[in-house]
Amino acid sequence: MEIKLLTIKEDILGANEAKARMNRERLNKYSIVAINIMSSPGAGKTSLIIQTINKLKPTTRIAVIEGDVASQVDAEKVHQQGVPIIQINIPGGCHLDANMIENALNDLPLEDLDLLLIENVGNLICPAEFDLGEHKKVILASTPEGDDKPDKYPLMFSEADVVLVTKCDLMPYMDFQFDNFFRGIARVNPAVGIFQVSCKTGEGIEQWFDWLLNQMKDSKAHPPP
Amino acid sequence: MHELPVTMSILSIALEHAKNVQASKIIQIKLSIGELSGIVPEFVQSQFNMLSKDTIAAGANLEFHRPPSKLRCRNCAKIFSPEGRNWICPNCGEQKVEIVSGRECYVESMEVA
Repeated sequence: MEIKLLTIKEDILGANEAKARMNRERLNKYSIVAINIMSSPGAGKTSLIIQTINKLKPTTRIAVIEGDVASQVDAEKVHQQGVPIIQINIPGGCHLDANMIENALNDLPLEDLDLLLIENVGNLICPAEFDLGEHKKVILASTPEGDDKPDKYPLMFSEADVVLVTKCDLMPYMDFQFDNFFRGIARVNPAVGIFQVSCKTGEGIEQWFDWLLNQMKDSKAHPPP
Repeated sequence: MHELPVTMSILSIALEHAKNVQASKIIQIKLSIGELSGIVPEFVQSQFNMLSKDTIAAGANLEFHRPPSKLRCRNCAKIFSPEGRNWICPNCGEQKVEIVSGRECYVESMEVA
């Protein structure tokens, strides 16, 4: 039996990345800005999405893709806001991938959309590795989780285009030190914008809306090739 | 948990290349999996054993090459390998860094018969 050595040098996540590129091109064709929203479970991704829909719906055509391990709880909440929504359940899974997004795009009215909000599965590890074809990555960290999250999950925070510190209304009851949090992020991602928000009181959330609107303006002014 | 799609992808890459050379058995697969990739080799091997059961890759040994994490200091540009979670430049003490390597995740080569 002859043994042959084959040199391969093939990216293991290459298939996902190729599909992500296809998704991005498809979104670009319809001038849709796609935002991948990531955080640990319970940091407030769904609350942020609902607030965003309420604020931007009069001027922006929005759709949502919801990723969850189980249940339609989030999808039902978002559905009440009257925007197109696709729920993806991944039993035993821990992140969305480009293939799932491609399937979801097939079921969305792309010609009638400006903004696609993708709520990833609550997890600060795997979602960082899987490009979905989004244009920007948003990471949420809530004050009850503690200020050491960027130190513990540097890879995730190094990928962020913007970071939101959520549940800032709870600050008086938490030991969250902003200085520690900022220092942790500055280590791996010094230029990233950090907004302090509360979806409950609306504090600081205008910065997030402005940022989102700017992404859409930029994409209209400088359409990606 | 995110080893599963990674393992499925390793298997499909291996089977495809084996088919291209009409191999009848895959003996070993060499992988390059960076320290920062968040992938646990033991999980990949056990998942691989399960997934490859009815294929020509059954029983193949996975060899993991783990490129160490390398960071570039944003102040003095020194490239260094951090010790654990302590991402501090040994040259100037700066804590702001850029990841240079350690996120590798590819199939390097394999032995087939």
